[in-house]
Amino acid sequence: MTLTAKDKKMVKAFWAKVAGKAEDIGCDALSRMLVVYPQTKTYFSHWKDLSPGSAPVRKHGGTIMGGISLAVASIDDISAGLLSLSELHAFQLRVDPANFKILSHNILVVLAVLFPNDFNPEAHVAMDKFLAAVGRALSEKYR
Amino acid sequence: MVEWTDAEKSTISAVWGRVDINEVGPLALGRVLIVYPWTQRYFGSFGDVSTPAAIMGNPKVAAHGKVVCGALDNAVKNMGNILATYKSLSETHANKLFVDPDNFRVLADVLTIVIAAKFGASFTPEIQATWQKFMKVVVAAMGSRYF
Repeated sequence: MTLTAKDKKMVKAFWAKVAGKAEDIGCDALSRMLVVYPQTKTYFSHWKDLSPGSAPVRKHGGTIMGGISLAVASIDDISAGLLSLSELHAFQLRVDPANFKILSHNILVVLAVLFPNDFNPEAHVAMDKFLAAVGRALSEKYR
Repeated sequence: MVEWTDAEKSTISAVWGRVDINEVGPLALGRVLIVYPWTQRYFGSFGDVSTPAAIMGNPKVAAHGKVVCGALDNAVKNMGNILATYKSLSETHANKLFVDPDNFRVLADVLTIVIAAKFGASFTPEIQATWQKFMKVVVAAMGSRYF
């Protein structure tokens, strides 16, 4: 399931439309993940406040969206672009890769909430494929 | 089987009360066929599903979307007994329709996204959590007669 030229064009065009709200997207997606999938809180036990929209959640949502932006910019070779992020997740953070799918789902929910008209079926399939590719790239260094 | 708090029951009813099956059903099924094209294997008799436009404009897809989402009404009305409520539907999908049960999870996720698009910010994280719990139970009930 590779990204076609059409997928890449759609992802870049859609990201250009939504990138202005990247921090809001990241904050909302992370907030939802922590509430809807409470097991994910285990990775953030060092934060004071895990409630939706809290300061650490907002900050980290922004960080995650920075990674997504990097992936968009590296869309022709996401593995190469995310190499050091993959090493970070594999060797230091050791986030179970199953969580990439969970976060991806919540990003898609937030895109639907914030951009109901732009997030049409064609944008949905392209973004779903793209986020799956990002998850695979992040998982590469795990073993 | 599944425990619902009063708050959860009222959240699920409230969400479902705002959903127009005639609108959301076709949108959800159409999106499943576009985002996960292999699901088209179940709809060979539906005519033209070759492009997103064809899918979203296909009257058989729309009609079937209404049927599928309409069945959720039974789950909302029988929240304490979803497993029994879906027993024969599960058997039909397993033994007659031969639908891979992973598709129930896929439809549930897409339906959640379609509802999120309709509701916007009023689909809060807490409401999403309760709705997804309900979806998880329905999906499990639909898969329950496969083995």
